[in-house]
Amino acid sequence: MAILVNEETRLLVQGITGREGMFHTQQAIAYGTRVVAGVTPSKGGTTIDGIPVFNTVREAKDATGANASVIFVPPPFAADAIMEAADAGLPLVVAITEGIPTLDMVSVAQFLAGTQTRLIGPNCPGIISPGKCKIGIMPASIHRPGNVGVISRSGTLTYEAVGQLTALGIGQSTCIGIGGDPIIGTNFVDALKLMNEDEESHGIVIIGEIGGSAEEQAADFIKANVKKPVVGFIAGRTAPPGRRMGHAGAIISGGKGTAADKIAAFQAAGINVAASPALIGETMARALGARAGSAT
Amino acid sequence: MKIHEYQAKQILARFGVTVPRGEVAYTPEEAREVANRLGGTVVVKAQIHAGGRGKAGGVKVVRSAVEAERVADGILGKKLVTAQTGPEGRIVRRLLIEEGLDIAREFYLGLVIDRVAAQPVFMASSEGGVEIEVVAAKHPEKILKEGINPAVGLQPFQARKIAYGLGLDPALVKGAAQFFSSLYQAFRATDASLVEINPFVLTKDGRLLALDAKMNFDDNALFRHKDIRELRDLDEEDPLEVKASNYNLNYIRLDGEVGCMVNGAGLAMATMDIIQYAGGQPANFLDVGGGANEEQVRRGFEIILGDPHVRAVLINIFGGIMRCDIVANGVVAAAKSLGIKVPIVVRLEGTNVELGQKILRESGLSFSVANGMKDAAEKAVAAAKQ
Repeated sequence: MAILVNEETRLLVQGITGREGMFHTQQAIAYGTRVVAGVTPSKGGTTIDGIPVFNTVREAKDATGANASVIFVPPPFAADAIMEAADAGLPLVVAITEGIPTLDMVSVAQFLAGTQTRLIGPNCPGIISPGKCKIGIMPASIHRPGNVGVISRSGTLTYEAVGQLTALGIGQSTCIGIGGDPIIGTNFVDALKLMNEDEESHGIVIIGEIGGSAEEQAADFIKANVKKPVVGFIAGRTAPPGRRMGHAGAIISGGKGTAADKIAAFQAAGINVAASPALIGETMARALGARAGSAT
Repeated sequence: MKIHEYQAKQILARFGVTVPRGEVAYTPEEAREVANRLGGTVVVKAQIHAGGRGKAGGVKVVRSAVEAERVADGILGKKLVTAQTGPEGRIVRRLLIEEGLDIAREFYLGLVIDRVAAQPVFMASSEGGVEIEVVAAKHPEKILKEGINPAVGLQPFQARKIAYGLGLDPALVKGAAQFFSSLYQAFRATDASLVEINPFVLTKDGRLLALDAKMNFDDNALFRHKDIRELRDLDEEDPLEVKASNYNLNYIRLDGEVGCMVNGAGLAMATMDIIQYAGGQPANFLDVGGGANEEQVRRGFEIILGDPHVRAVLINIFGGIMRCDIVANGVVAAAKSLGIKVPIVVRLEGTNVELGQKILRESGLSFSVANGMKDAAEKAVAAAKQ
């Protein structure tokens, strides 16, 4: 099963002719993702590695039957690219671009309301269902197919968690990076809902960080709805207040959004909190083991 | 990005927000001249990028131009330590000299982005002059909030609602609504991430003004605001952080002794955390980003070692887009050219990890190679304590 992306995904790449777009398109193809089209305005009619390039998303979709888009467009133009994909009716848009102005994302959020398009990101590593489909910039080699879902606000910290799981022989159903910006498309709760309903996901890893209240909302949802074992980690326990820690969204402001608050919310929801970032895999192994033990 | 109060007031005034008459002064003489032009009672306000100035002695009311000069002389060039500067304080290099006002009432006004609603939100409170966090904790019911539909902006009925909510005399509501609308326009047009007027005041002669003003801007949007970029005051920033930003590195200086270089913000924060679990303290946050090159790795090293408190360096790279061999080459080049004396612990994982480790091994330099984050943190903390 997995969620959102699988063997049926037909991907188009917005910004395919750029350096990043081209490199990651090749990586995606090598992984087995069906990349059917590229879009770069005014480069329509050309091909990149045999993939046809179109001027507009709608043309690309009509010609190739694409049902998902990944965006590698530079920040000043990325919001426009997301809206173009939504206007063309693509059900899934994954925005990798880092550095989109917040007010641009306010407009995007307005534009997407009422459409059928689900946005993942921006400022995220993307989404992968190991063995089936990879959309984004995550290193393919660390993943293996399996039954744990991973949801995270961070990129490389997700790789760290996945690497630990794989090293312990625990494969992944789907891994989603939801993005480190203040305004994102799919949030923790949206992703949790899908993973909670996915029969292939037997456990869920959720990785949060300081700033905002998304982790607290996730905790509320998990407490009320999720029966699968959940392992959590929050980055930024040592982060000073008022400083933006790399991600635009990772900032403790007005005493809100601290790691301590979020860890407390996780614990109150019955989430197995990994005490250290080195223990995310082991904590999941124990949680799954305990579940298997109690079932017999 | 942050700017000074006087700069924020200049921007706001362009959008029709009423602010007290005043001018910036860099010397005591200029302070006297401005005070002379303003006439009567004036306020001398230290300009630093931190709040809590009043309580720390950075805001003084004076009755003459001569006194303004004397008070300015006592503040300029001196260190001001406020609740927000930390114990090291900030040197005051600029003053705002402003007309004195007879204040009848003080309020709080703020504009930020509501992440959950994905739209701007206007906040107001009758508890002006107090930190809004304190009000939020003790009297959350005293904070009014109006979500703003970005397609149409702050509507007049919303502005009136806030004005009535603050308990303003009905005769003042029209003017207040105009003030709030101008404030939102300034927020929107400048890609601000925060606008705070604390206090927003009603004078005894019935005028509404921004007595203080704070504006922060979305760094991601500065590319389209050249005029705002020019307001950056490098004196208010840590020199190492300024240097890092010149090389597109994300660096924040902290108090500890273990320097760290990591790719990705989340992993960088987690690395800081695990250093603490291992019994040490991180000296910095440094995210070299997804696509860093050898040059950036070398500059990152220079910046970490520019902090004299660093006693060991931990490099934690999980290669995705970023290849471990590139990191290794950068580390070796930096170690050779900078003649690094402190111990270096390297943890590499991901893309091209074998090649990266080979480069480190064959460099002839003594790196400590770690297995996993925990091992890396423990080795780095132990090395820092020697």
